[in-house]
Amino acid sequence: MLAASSALTFTGCKPKGPAEVSMGDAASKVYVAPGKHDEFYDIVSGGFNGQIGVYGIPSGRLLKILPVFSVFPENGYGYSEETKPMLNTSHGFVPWDDLHHIALSTTKGEHDGRWAFANGNNTPRVARVSLKSFRTEEILEIPNSGGNHSSPFITENTEYLVAGTRFSVPMGNKDVPISSYKENFKGSISFIKVDPATGHMNISFQLRTPGFNFDLSRAGKGPSHGWFFFSCYNTEQAYTLLEVNASQKDKDFIMAVNWKKAEEYLAAGKAKIEKVKYAHNVYSEKTHSATTTMEGEVAVLDVMELKDLVYFIPCPKSPHGCDVDPSGEYIVASGKLAAVIPVYSFKKIQDAISKKDYEGDFNGVPVIKYEAALHGEVKKPGLGPLHTEFDEKGNAYTSMFVSSEIVKWNVQSLQVIDRAPTYYSVGHLSVPGGPTSKPHGKYVIAYNKITKDRYLPTGPELAQSAQLYDISGEKMKLLLDFPTAGEPHYGEMIPAALVEPNQTKFFKMEENEHPYAAKGEGQARVERKGNEVHVYMTAIRSHLTPDNIEGVRVGDDVYFHVTNLEQDWDVPHGFAIKGALNAEILIMPGETQTLKWQPTAVGVVPFYCTDFCSALHQEMQGYMRVSPAGSNTPLKFSTGKIEDQNAGAGK
Amino acid sequence: MTVQNRNLAYNQTTIIIMNKIIAIGMLVAFVSCGQQQSAVQQTVAAPEEVGAGQSAVNDSDSAPNVVQVAVGSAEHSTLVVAVKAGELVDALSNAGPFTVFAPTNAAFDKLPDGTVDDLLKPENKEKLQDILQYHVYVGVISETMVQDGMKLNQVNGGDVVLNKKDGKMTINGANILGSVKASNGIVYVIDAVLLPPAPATK
Repeated sequence: MLAASSALTFTGCKPKGPAEVSMGDAASKVYVAPGKHDEFYDIVSGGFNGQIGVYGIPSGRLLKILPVFSVFPENGYGYSEETKPMLNTSHGFVPWDDLHHIALSTTKGEHDGRWAFANGNNTPRVARVSLKSFRTEEILEIPNSGGNHSSPFITENTEYLVAGTRFSVPMGNKDVPISSYKENFKGSISFIKVDPATGHMNISFQLRTPGFNFDLSRAGKGPSHGWFFFSCYNTEQAYTLLEVNASQKDKDFIMAVNWKKAEEYLAAGKAKIEKVKYAHNVYSEKTHSATTTMEGEVAVLDVMELKDLVYFIPCPKSPHGCDVDPSGEYIVASGKLAAVIPVYSFKKIQDAISKKDYEGDFNGVPVIKYEAALHGEVKKPGLGPLHTEFDEKGNAYTSMFVSSEIVKWNVQSLQVIDRAPTYYSVGHLSVPGGPTSKPHGKYVIAYNKITKDRYLPTGPELAQSAQLYDISGEKMKLLLDFPTAGEPHYGEMIPAALVEPNQTKFFKMEENEHPYAAKGEGQARVERKGNEVHVYMTAIRSHLTPDNIEGVRVGDDVYFHVTNLEQDWDVPHGFAIKGALNAEILIMPGETQTLKWQPTAVGVVPFYCTDFCSALHQEMQGYMRVSPAGSNTPLKFSTGKIEDQNAGAGK
Repeated sequence: MTVQNRNLAYNQTTIIIMNKIIAIGMLVAFVSCGQQQSAVQQTVAAPEEVGAGQSAVNDSDSAPNVVQVAVGSAEHSTLVVAVKAGELVDALSNAGPFTVFAPTNAAFDKLPDGTVDDLLKPENKEKLQDILQYHVYVGVISETMVQDGMKLNQVNGGDVVLNKKDGKMTINGANILGSVKASNGIVYVIDAVLLPPAPATK
């Protein structure tokens, strides 16, 4: 046994060929010299941190964490009065979510560099992030959903993004036994229309489907534009111990949706209007504020009643990834417990539909014969296939969770070309442009779930990792291994040239329509309305105006509306006050943000700028005098006014 | 770790000792690597030493995984050799979780003479993998979850059938002698090697 163990480790350090010999080369391939920029942005889901991480590739440098579904005390997102509405839902204020997938906007199937969309898996939501400001601009709650996992994948011109429920649930908040799953539980897929000019989202229609789990999805493109493909598991319709009970059938389904047909049905008035409640939160760069609108209706198309809308295609063993190749002809499904990877042909699917080559139906939805839809199978690809991305040369890259490897194979021939180990247990993969019509097959990144001994250990919870491979040649070469923030699921890489030139550097003061903006120090003031005190404060290097405030009383609600008067790139100011029960706020140049503060004790309370803005940042401070409730201390505010020459400066 | 039947020579100590031996083995291996390279190359090559897979993680504190359970059992030395030859050590050290049906040495001995030696030949690796993967299910099936007539679809794509009568469990007719919980699943000790009924891929 001992000998065998040693032999095993020996194989790990045998010269393996070109990959190891070229290590010096690998280092230079990921080296981005000081002051130089990376070639790609990598927009990465943060998983359970509810945020998005922005990295530069190939260096792997973390550039930004931008909050989406989770409060972020670091900049006041979800704490400032302006951003609180972003996290409103029909359940109330939900300060966290589980952000799994990214979809970057496309035009004609190619990245256009405008927006990133993301899904909230737990309290079903989708978000739109601007790639100009790298801020969350819109969050739309999804009604009739039990968990928004199969989302936010988009059509080739960003006509729609989808939101497919992971959990089927009884629609309409019904009080029914869990064991009545087959009778009462249904699936729901939302098609969300995206306004091509503003990006604003609204639910165009929902598909009501048989009850099982939806996992992932991709839109058709090119010849298959007008269709959408979803992986479905638990077609056993189990409601307990899915580990066993959802693995009973040899095959689950890929669901093919003809969304052009759905549009026809919608236009023909075939949808049922259901009463629902969901929040729609939009952030305005003019008012620098978010507003919440509670919506009350959704149009539902029942795929079990309407014909020619949806088809099921058998797929081995609990499919997870469902990916469409750049040509739009091939659909790759990865059954996470399957011994093969089936590749379907869009043309064959269409032929099968026209010939009604069905093996039967499921709740009235036709089930196309497996062989009739199949281009072929990748045999023995590895253990635990999950996700597939593509390059522009006709190759596919599939992640294998159980065997911890990336498998490269040819989409036409279905032959495995190369294997590369990952460290360890890879989930999603990402090729720049990999899900689009125009991949840039230079790199693939593996997002690993487990790192164990890969980095200096940090107690029981360890960083997850991304591993960057060069895929420009026939063999994949591991170049870099870097830890990631949160728990990345999917990420998309986009050429920096599509994003970098469009950056918002500051907000124009003259366009600031915030009702509490002080657009110059002359407008800075303090106003009392009953027990509300509104401080119209300005911030500029290196003072706050006003910085002396008196006449505030215990029990007041004090609102600090801070306007950053700078009109210069990279000069945010921050604001924090002692004892605040919420957070700080960061205010970008030209912007107004509001921190609410409730004084609970008499005294003089300091406040200050939290963002190191200038050489005199440490001087950027002020005092708030808090008098007892009911006191007559007059309301006073000033900056630079010295009342007592004995005590003050200038003596 | 619980041992739920007789004849099973597992204990935590054995496994921990085993891990330490493995760790020493690795050290030796590194030295050997260094000897094959010049000092300069070694410096350059160090970051590229991507290492073995998850089985090489040096962690003697955590509960043993299914592979380490097998390695720690004197009655499973043939299986361990086969799992190594079939290059499944790393996969089975994965998060899994797995239900592994582990034939004893005696079970391998029941195969026709020369079968094991034949399967261990490099040219028969795929066949060996097919057989070994027929012994693994992704998911943990604890003893209480086993129902009479339960079908499991194994990693190789083939199905096995579990039976449970009067507290006695069998798989495809082979007797389940006991079970050992592992960090990433459960190991059932069985008294026969399971042979896949048909090619794994249909």
